[in-house]
Amino acid sequence: MAIGLHDSQVKNPVLRWIDQRLPVVTMMQKEYGTFPTPRNFNYFWNFGALAMINLVIMIATGIFLAMNYTPHTAYAFDSVERIMRDVNFGWLIRYVHMNGASMFFIVVYIHIYRGMYYGSYKAPRELLWMLGVVIFLLMMATAFMGYVLPWGQMSFWGATVITNLFSAIPLVGESIVVWLWGGFSVDNPTLNRFFSLHYLLPFVIFGVVFLHVAALHITGSNNPLGIEPKGPQDTLPFHPYYTIKDSVGIVAYLALFAFLVFFMPNALGHPDNYIQANPLVTPAHIVPEWYFLPFYAILRAVPDKLGGVLLMFGSILVWFALPWLDTSKVRSMRFRPVARIFFFLWVISFLVLTYVGGKPAEQPYIFIGQLATAYYFAWFLVILPVLGKLEKPLPLPESIAAAVLGTKAVLGGGPIPQAAAAKPMEKA
Amino acid sequence: MRVLKALALAASVFAATPALAAGEAPKAPNAGFSFNSLLGTFDRGAQQRGFQVYKEVCSACHGMRLLSYRNLLDIGLSEAEVRAIAASFQVTDGPNDEGAMFERPARLSDRFRSPFPNDQAARAGNNGALPPDLSVITKARHDGANYLRALLIGYRDAPAGFNVPDGMHYNEYFPGHLIAMPNVLNDGQVEFADGTRATVDQMARDVTTFLAWAAEPETERRRQMGVKILVFLAILGGLAYATKRKVWADVKH
Repeated sequence: MAIGLHDSQVKNPVLRWIDQRLPVVTMMQKEYGTFPTPRNFNYFWNFGALAMINLVIMIATGIFLAMNYTPHTAYAFDSVERIMRDVNFGWLIRYVHMNGASMFFIVVYIHIYRGMYYGSYKAPRELLWMLGVVIFLLMMATAFMGYVLPWGQMSFWGATVITNLFSAIPLVGESIVVWLWGGFSVDNPTLNRFFSLHYLLPFVIFGVVFLHVAALHITGSNNPLGIEPKGPQDTLPFHPYYTIKDSVGIVAYLALFAFLVFFMPNALGHPDNYIQANPLVTPAHIVPEWYFLPFYAILRAVPDKLGGVLLMFGSILVWFALPWLDTSKVRSMRFRPVARIFFFLWVISFLVLTYVGGKPAEQPYIFIGQLATAYYFAWFLVILPVLGKLEKPLPLPESIAAAVLGTKAVLGGGPIPQAAAAKPMEKA
Repeated sequence: MRVLKALALAASVFAATPALAAGEAPKAPNAGFSFNSLLGTFDRGAQQRGFQVYKEVCSACHGMRLLSYRNLLDIGLSEAEVRAIAASFQVTDGPNDEGAMFERPARLSDRFRSPFPNDQAARAGNNGALPPDLSVITKARHDGANYLRALLIGYRDAPAGFNVPDGMHYNEYFPGHLIAMPNVLNDGQVEFADGTRATVDQMARDVTTFLAWAAEPETERRRQMGVKILVFLAILGGLAYATKRKVWADVKH
């Protein structure tokens, strides 16, 4: 063994030669093979892997779309329809990309709710959580700019409404909007830069996802009980236990995805986006894509423009502070009977906001939207901080193994299942 | 027909109620199109008749610029028929070696010729209104096919007190009820080669079928592929789940 070479355990001579010089095989084995993972995940822990797969699908389909797309106001709409009609399997690639955006948000919303319910944001995983919020913000920007590219009516008017939000900033607002547009209205320069950024940001997301996963592999995963693994009896090696469990989730996810793409590809879109953009004709109701509706509802809940914009951005920025707003020592809401109820109310307020965001800005939707917005913020700023001090949580189990195997098995020193005891230790 | 009349009557009652604000229209009745179901296909006869209605009636004002003549091969017309259809249109080509533009009969590869050279000409020829391009029209309206067919049979006399300005027409299903397009379908308007009687409803259904296909020509292929993929995923899912059970069999969790 020459000095300076990595002490590789790989048997295959070619892989071994590589692994001695660049220990990627050892790294993968450590991070995805033997990586000790809590043994009690439920299927909600699939959604991180699903989000990763979704990102890859979006980048792969997007690259092929970009080969056939023309970012010019005069040609963009027709070039998209050309993809649908004349490019081999262009309709498939575009419908996968289009519905892939919706699937991405479904998956990521569930991933976020899961993190909130099981307290995955609490120490020591604060930075992991905050990187996740950064990914979500980047996703929103990417999705917004992607929706502009087909240059339909909703593309144009959505872009006009959203970029105009920045004009609410005092003093420099108007200048910022002109700077964003590259002109005095949403026009060809806007479309060009949005195309460029829409291609760039997914790779930025990829980078932050890498940091997200790197941080995850320092602290290890949270789990439905919200208590840390205390030893090998509490964990399983990631492979094969969670590779196969994730595979089951991936197939279910692909089935839903395929159903959308092949049988109702336009159901989640707006018909107006099949009308070419026309700056002289404003649609009756300008609505964003469904996944932005809750935030759109919060924006419209305040009669004041600047106030609405601040509240809308604040509704996501407040997630950054979540690890410190939640004062409870207990992570999982399984053991927080009161917080659990308020949390489900919060999810309902989010769904109500989604519904209200798609309705015209008139009564009773405005009032319902204001109510839901008030609860949305009250949960973060009042209920969570106060409840953590007042609530009496249920008794926590001694350990994951104790909860999973029954207290007797562990207390009585009963046999620990082989897979749990032997496999992770051999390789770790 | 009686059902349709009943529906139209019901719709007109709804339309007359003041609860319906301007800009709204009654929901289009479900026309039961074969292609609107999950695994549905297009009726080739209806597509061909629909193309005839488009060609002889609609195309006087509405273009379909995203379609090429060769696309008509997909609705069951022979190559000779499609070549003849294309050749009946003159398109502008060029410039030639002398630098001049010239007219020639259209080929399979040419896009459908639009009736007007630009939007301004279209407006000038239509009392200021712009007839929309119909290439993706059923995708561009909510419940597109049902809406379109309802619109085509939805011309009525305006209810008493409803002011219809010159050049506008009252339509049950158009948002706001005032549409610039006049009623263009009358019984016997076209003569179908297959002997189908050209009633207004028949023509409306057929042209809607044609336009729905034109908006999403991949529909049939998409659905066939979707069935195969879902069957594949069902089997794969079963195998994945069985493997998962086996891997986890000796682990309590």
